[in-house]
Amino acid sequence: MFKIVHREEMAGGTVILNEIEAPAIARKAKPGQFVIVKANETGERIPLTMADTNTEKGTITIIYMVVGKSTSLFKTLKVGEGYLDVIGPLGCATHIEKLGKVICVGGGTGIAVLYPITRGLKQAGNEVVSIVGARSKDLLILEEKMRNVSDEFHVCTDDGSYGHKGFVTDVMKQVLSTQKIDLVVGIGPVPMMKFVSKITKEFNVKTLVSLNPIMIDGTGMCGGCRVTVGNETKFACVDGPEFDGHQVDFDELTKRLQAYSEEEKSCWQNYMCQIQDV
Amino acid sequence: MKEQASSKKSDRQPMPEQSAEVRKRNFDEVPLGYSPEAAKAEASRCLQCKKPGCIEGCPVSVDIPAFIKLIAEGEFTKSIRKIWEKNSLPAVCGRVCPQELQCEGQCVVGKKGAPVAIGNLERFVADYERMNGTGEVPPRQKSKGKKVAVVGSGPSGLTVAGDLILKGYEVTIFEAFHRPGGVLVYGIPQFRLPKEIVFSEVAFLEKQGCTLNCNSVVGRTVTIEELFEEGYQAIFIGVGAGLPKFLNVPGENLIGILSANEYLTRANLMKAYRFPEYDTPIPKGKNVVVLGAGNVAMDSARTAMRLGADSVKIVYRRSRDEMPARAAEIHHAEEEGIEFFLLTNPTRFIGNEKGRVVGMECLKMELGEPDSSGRRRPIAVKGSEFQMECDLAVVAVGAGANPLLTKSTDGLALNKWGYIVADPETGKTSKKGVWAGGDIVTGSATVILAMGAGRKAADSIDKYLTWGW
Ligand SMILES: Cc1cc2nc3c(=O)[nH]c(=O)nc-3n(C[C@H](O)[C@H](O)[C@H](O)COP(=O)(O)OP(=O)(O)OC[C@H]3O[C@@H](n4cnc5c(N)ncnc54)[C@H](O)[C@@H]3O)c2cc1C
Ligand SMILES: Cc1cc2nc3c(=O)[nH]c(=O)nc-3n(C[C@H](O)[C@H](O)[C@H](O)COP(=O)(O)OP(=O)(O)OC[C@H]3O[C@@H](n4cnc5c(N)ncnc54)[C@H](O)[C@@H]3O)c2cc1C
Ligand code: SF4
Ligand code: SF4
Ligand code: FES
Repeated sequence: MFKIVHREEMAGGTVILNEIEAPAIARKAKPGQFVIVKANETGERIPLTMADTNTEKGTITIIYMVVGKSTSLFKTLKVGEGYLDVIGPLGCATHIEKLGKVICVGGGTGIAVLYPITRGLKQAGNEVVSIVGARSKDLLILEEKMRNVSDEFHVCTDDGSYGHKGFVTDVMKQVLSTQKIDLVVGIGPVPMMKFVSKITKEFNVKTLVSLNPIMIDGTGMCGGCRVTVGNETKFACVDGPEFDGHQVDFDELTKRLQAYSEEEKSCWQNYMCQIQDV
Repeated sequence: MKEQASSKKSDRQPMPEQSAEVRKRNFDEVPLGYSPEAAKAEASRCLQCKKPGCIEGCPVSVDIPAFIKLIAEGEFTKSIRKIWEKNSLPAVCGRVCPQELQCEGQCVVGKKGAPVAIGNLERFVADYERMNGTGEVPPRQKSKGKKVAVVGSGPSGLTVAGDLILKGYEVTIFEAFHRPGGVLVYGIPQFRLPKEIVFSEVAFLEKQGCTLNCNSVVGRTVTIEELFEEGYQAIFIGVGAGLPKFLNVPGENLIGILSANEYLTRANLMKAYRFPEYDTPIPKGKNVVVLGAGNVAMDSARTAMRLGADSVKIVYRRSRDEMPARAAEIHHAEEEGIEFFLLTNPTRFIGNEKGRVVGMECLKMELGEPDSSGRRRPIAVKGSEFQMECDLAVVAVGAGANPLLTKSTDGLALNKWGYIVADPETGKTSKKGVWAGGDIVTGSATVILAMGAGRKAADSIDKYLTWGW
């Protein structure tokens, strides 16, 4: 078992942080990589990015939004309990180098994925402009951590309850129009990444996005995670999960994420009824 | 059940099976196994040849007449020990070897009638031992205090581990998945090879002292170099041919088009056929097409039928003679109502507005001159396009070499398709201290060939650790 040593609830309990004992993975993990976790014997294999690692303690941190059956089940795990299986580190690490000035733009739990990359870019000597967003103030995560690794920091909320009212893309557009930017890293819900990429394309700024298709093995053996990038089929788990945002077919990804929507719904409803019975 | 005791001594004992109508909707094993009486009767058909063709047909040279004689004498426990001398997974091989091409294909009795049912007999004694045996662990040589790493827990890796444990080495298996067994567990379905059999084989290895590290993706969690640094003196790579091939036709990324690897992994490893008891979903098609005609295709088609499909079609671009699946699987698939569309080649998939597949366009083919594989090359018939309705398509047209491990390892020579180059006699690779065998060397082959490669590698590793490279 991979034991949970620390647990936090964020964004009003809709987002959960677990710090898990996994020394072999902690030793090897780099920003941008993910793990696959499975809670118990009957569980599904779920990919989650490592938001942090601690080599001394031999732990990794995952931060996930509760959206369905598996993540609801994970939410019930307490400190001292744990996951039956944790596999990783998977995927390619972010290629981090000193480029000059970069924008890191994140939405929702995408900020958890964005944080280690932002920190890496900052440590590599880049000037970092961060733009993070959420639907409202109480749903915003990792604000302090992101602020600490940024030179310039912007917050947006859809309802205006905190920071700029509106989308992260509005602020990003302003920054792009006034400053010379060498790279944009955009991570969040698929529609957000799609619009980030559309805008940066107009400004002709290289853009990295992190894709989250449905996965099984995470080692390139099933092809379930295939995405179209630059008219070629790629396996996100081994060729990605980061890709050039200007080349990604986001519409296909959006559709493919719905592949099991019926089954997911029934599975989740079943589960919620079960736990309410107890 | 349609078991009938054979009247004539010379008739092959039929294998009792679940009837097609019943089994096509359940995941229980299809053949039910011989009774001790049937096994003895079948064993008595063997002529105990002086120059047995059967042994030559078996890639690992099981002493077939000897183990069959022991069955005829009712010495089941001795019989299984005879098989173990050459084959450590007889319960598996008895079920999945293409016997008609191997042992049984060379049996002299088969020249005039049906050959001795060697596979069924092998399966019988292995099952008998599992159910009634003592579970006694074979004697192990004195510990040599040397560590060997085995990467991958398919048949090749399990064989290497089993052999080296007995020779006194400290063996650790590293497996990427959360469960051991390789294709035996994630690929071959429950109705053909119950998973309990594979897990009991692995448990037996652990009982003998073998360490099993699941969730270890070599190349990611740990590299080959790091394994050497951790004190492993020899490393065997048996990672299989885990890269799905697609058709590369338009529309292939529509929802409802899966590689056989994905479809079967969902069904078998993740037990999606028991959804929602198990959390992993699997698409349940009404009109299913399966592209390809090997064992993988038959397994996919029969799985789809068991998941409740109205119609399941095997679509294959060559003709019946070229179908690579085991004869028994093709026969079982036909009995279960799978339709065969031969000399038919898909050219594109058709989707709806939600991005789900609704149909497939195909061309009719005819056979031309033989190609490099010696099989007659299929050629498209002009103007023969037609459409086929489908809401699930499973692509089972072969597998390639997964580059994840090989790319992360320096000094490992690969051939032009990305498979590891290894000496066929010893399994030695171009990298000192590293052996390879099974599908990652030969490309997709068979369980018994992977095991044979494992045995040779184990012998060579033993020599190396005793005498040097
Ligand atoms: C490489 C990678 C890294 C990821 N990192 C994180 C992370 O750090 N934090 C985090 O919260 N999530 C992350 N995800 C997404 C996460 O895997 C899904 O949210 C999770 O699988 C949902 O499982 P569930 O059973 O709770 O919900 P389900 O019942 O499976 O799905 C509920 C809803 O989520 C959608 N969904 C299903 N699978 C995914 C998916 N893979 N990605 C996005 N939406 C999905 C469904 O369409 C449905 O609307 C990552 C995904 C990938 C591929
Ligand atoms: C659906 C299907 C049906 C088949 N039916 C038959 C049949 O009826 N008869 C027959 O003889 N043959 C059959 N075969 C072929 C046979 O199963 C294979 O030839 C055989 O399993 C190959 O054995 P292997 O040891 O080389 O590798 P595999 O069985 O492929 O096992 C390789 C293992 O290595 C693991 N691995 C991969 N990469 C890594 C890594 N980087 N680190 C750690 N572990 C890793 C994999 O997860 C896997 O568990 C079938 C194959 C399939 C797919
Ligand atoms: S291992 Fe396979 S080929 Fe050899 S005797 Fe057994 S069933 Fe026949
Ligand atoms: S060839 Fe057939 S009859 Fe002869 S020993 Fe082998 S199994 Fe028996
Ligand atoms: S998850 Fe299976 S190939 Fe990527």
